Amino acid sequence: MNKIDDISGTEYKYVGTRPVRPDGVDKVTGKAQFGADLYAPGMLFAKILRSPHAHARILSVNTDKAEALDGVKAVLTYADLELGDGGHDLEDDMNHVLENVMARGKALYDGHAVAAVAANSASIAKRALKLIDVEYEVLPHVTDIEKAIAPDAPIIHEDMYTQDMDPKPEKPSNVARRMEIGHGDIEAGFEKADFIFERRFRTEAAHQGYIEPHACLANYRSDGHAEIWCCTQGHFMVRSACAALLGMDLSKLRVTASEIGGGFGGKTTVFIEPVALALSRKCGRPVKLVMDRDEVFRASGPTPSSVIDVKIGANKEGVITAGFAELWFQGGAFPGSVIDLGAMCSFACYNLENVKAIGWDVVVNRPKSAAYRAPGAPMAAFAVESALDDLADRIGIDPIDFRLKNAAEEGTIASFGPKFRRIGLKETLEAAKASDHYNSQLGPNQGRGVASGFWFNFGGTTSASIKIELDGTAVVTVGTPDIGGSRASMCQMAAETLGIPYEDVRCIVADTSSLPYSATTEGSRTTHSSGMATVYAAQNAIGVMCSRAAMIWGIPEDAVDWKDGHARPSGANAGDFEPMSLAEIAKKAHETGGPIAGHCEFEAGKVGQSFGTHIADAEIDPETGFTKIVRYTVIQDAGRAIHPSYVEGQYQGGAVQGIGWALNEEYIYGEDGRLQNAGFLDYRMPVCSDVPMIETEIVEVPNTGHPFGVRGVGETPIAPPLGAIGNALSHAIGRRMDTIPMSPPRVLEAVNGG
Amino acid sequence: MSNIHVSATVNGDAVEFLCEPDESLLDSLRDRLALTGSKEGCGTGDCGACSVVLDGRLVCSCLVLGAEADGRTIETIEGVADGDDLHPLQQKFLDHAALQCGICTPGFLVAAKALLERNPDPDETEIRYWLAGNLCRCTGYDKIVRAVMDAAEEMRQ
Repeated sequence: MNKIDDISGTEYKYVGTRPVRPDGVDKVTGKAQFGADLYAPGMLFAKILRSPHAHARILSVNTDKAEALDGVKAVLTYADLELGDGGHDLEDDMNHVLENVMARGKALYDGHAVAAVAANSASIAKRALKLIDVEYEVLPHVTDIEKAIAPDAPIIHEDMYTQDMDPKPEKPSNVARRMEIGHGDIEAGFEKADFIFERRFRTEAAHQGYIEPHACLANYRSDGHAEIWCCTQGHFMVRSACAALLGMDLSKLRVTASEIGGGFGGKTTVFIEPVALALSRKCGRPVKLVMDRDEVFRASGPTPSSVIDVKIGANKEGVITAGFAELWFQGGAFPGSVIDLGAMCSFACYNLENVKAIGWDVVVNRPKSAAYRAPGAPMAAFAVESALDDLADRIGIDPIDFRLKNAAEEGTIASFGPKFRRIGLKETLEAAKASDHYNSQLGPNQGRGVASGFWFNFGGTTSASIKIELDGTAVVTVGTPDIGGSRASMCQMAAETLGIPYEDVRCIVADTSSLPYSATTEGSRTTHSSGMATVYAAQNAIGVMCSRAAMIWGIPEDAVDWKDGHARPSGANAGDFEPMSLAEIAKKAHETGGPIAGHCEFEAGKVGQSFGTHIADAEIDPETGFTKIVRYTVIQDAGRAIHPSYVEGQYQGGAVQGIGWALNEEYIYGEDGRLQNAGFLDYRMPVCSDVPMIETEIVEVPNTGHPFGVRGVGETPIAPPLGAIGNALSHAIGRRMDTIPMSPPRVLEAVNGG
Repeated sequence: MSNIHVSATVNGDAVEFLCEPDESLLDSLRDRLALTGSKEGCGTGDCGACSVVLDGRLVCSCLVLGAEADGRTIETIEGVADGDDLHPLQQKFLDHAALQCGICTPGFLVAAKALLERNPDPDETEIRYWLAGNLCRCTGYDKIVRAVMDAAEEMRQ
């Protein structure tokens, strides 16, 4: 079934089709090996002792009794981890990663690791934790942004002064940094406005909610070489971080990425891997360490919570004259929340003459935040898309028309600087307006909301290799863990390039010693970057095969072309030879110069920005405040959908994560600074009966920077839902909703006029 | 505390193992019998990734003690396919792309199989409520529900 590209006219055999993924059978039969599924001879089980206090000085840690327990092989404290010369390729401050992995001097949040034990069984390790005597001096804590930035707030880091301030502050603060982006003159823009919307929005912290807890198996050998098996989005990142935290040589550590049971950004850093490795180094045995679910909630990396003040002005013709946002994100106990990304995403969908966003990076006594799917974008879009909805109502213009009138397009200067190349936001808005959903009737107590969203899409360091087997098949090797079917799309792109059947290509994710560096699976970069590397590696192999055919035919190399999986003589002097298939060339490899392979190592650029528009219908129960999403549609520009089923899957999964965040999910801290809902029962993620089918429409405005037009699709689907559902609920209730999650008590309060 | 000796039937095979008195059936299956297809997502019965069928009843194996399995019959994900022949549910999950990361997939398949054995013609709402004990964070459930409906239709023919 051939698919014709209606923009460039290219015909594809495999790109754009829906084959079964290569890892599929293992995953439906229970054979796939995830992080916790590997066992090693002589393996020990490890557990981590965690602080019960939100903020406390650690006066002493006595491990004598734990070490004396029968079956205990190693006990670890911060003294066993010391920063070496490594981790330079990582963006995080390694001192902070070190301190987050194991508290040094102070416990900074409920759940902060304080010590760890490796023992013959998990039950012995758990008993040993109870024998570790930690003396704490409990300190005043703060877990809330507005309290953390108040003048009398307890200071978490005595040596932290707000950066990038003029003049430089004289007193330490919980605000790590200020940033600002924008262009034009917003005051002049507001002068021209006929309507101005101004309001404060708040969003609570959410967790990525991957079903697989963090898990690893570390084995440190007596010759100083070591191996880690773990579930991660980036095993090269794990290698860099662990080598740095243990003071090891990078080359002595080999990390293998297991199958990964979800990540959504939450597995882009290390939590337990350095602990397991240090325990293994201490006792010379393989050590397995798996987080419990409550540890995942308390001590991995949830999102920031946020406070966002937004002010937008528009004239009566529906043109936005100025946009301003001031954002505060708490990133947990360490600097480095995704405030920059949040500020940059705020107005990315719109072509604004006057725009400014100011961001503040705030620390509180909560776990260090990590990325979560389009990090920063959902909160920013909630505030801005709510503002646009309100303005459209007041101007008396359809909310999609209002967005179309102001939408970013090719040539728009983004608020964060660059000029957009060809993008597909307007196409998604037009598709939304024409959709059956948008033109359908609403029932009683129902409201409809629309919102758009943006994500940058990442490129970065990437490697791939492809080898041609003697039997005429190919194996692609990439360095980006497959989190949602990317091996299938690599096989499709390789099959398309080589001209052999999809079934004749397999793809594996190689360990850190078997392939040059590859950046983490994050930022929707994998199908784009590893896909490009796969195509270039395949073209490289085709070059080799053409030269082998030339050798067999006795003609010059440049007289051979490659088409449809065959080498063909081309040009006037090439001679008359039957085309030679990949299988025929492969079979003769050992007679014509040895194995045939291609590879590619490069910095992937030319990312294609991604935009989407969502439509949500919400129905409220005015007596209980319960909200049901009755219809939901995702429309997004994929650039090119290599495997449309997995593109739809990203749209649907992102939308449902957004529905959960919009309506229920939140980190709830008590007065004592401890997390109150560290489990799936109380941190309520959507279940199957909570949601309808999620309708999808894939718009394809190809990214001209990618051989097949790929933009990357994973992040954008979670940017619009908070705004779309907030707008739907605001219409259903008749009052503007401004706090996420819009849980039943908040909805009920709004219904009752609170 | 000494370990407890357990004899049980797992996927049709007679098995014996020793387990700790407070060890979950899930840990026994994984750590004693090397049946790692059942997953621990929460350990508190909230996610369903450890779903198995115990004497014909769908349970979370993290909420059952290994010692309780003595003399009983257990079916896990490893027993769903007939040799190389996939169960229609397994094939439909592949055809519909009803899995992304795949960690929840064994639990969904065990639970969906138990549903179709009880009710060969469930409507969408029945499927959604039966599977409400299984968390999936990747797919938004859409393709899972479609795969189950499609498998049910095929199995009825």
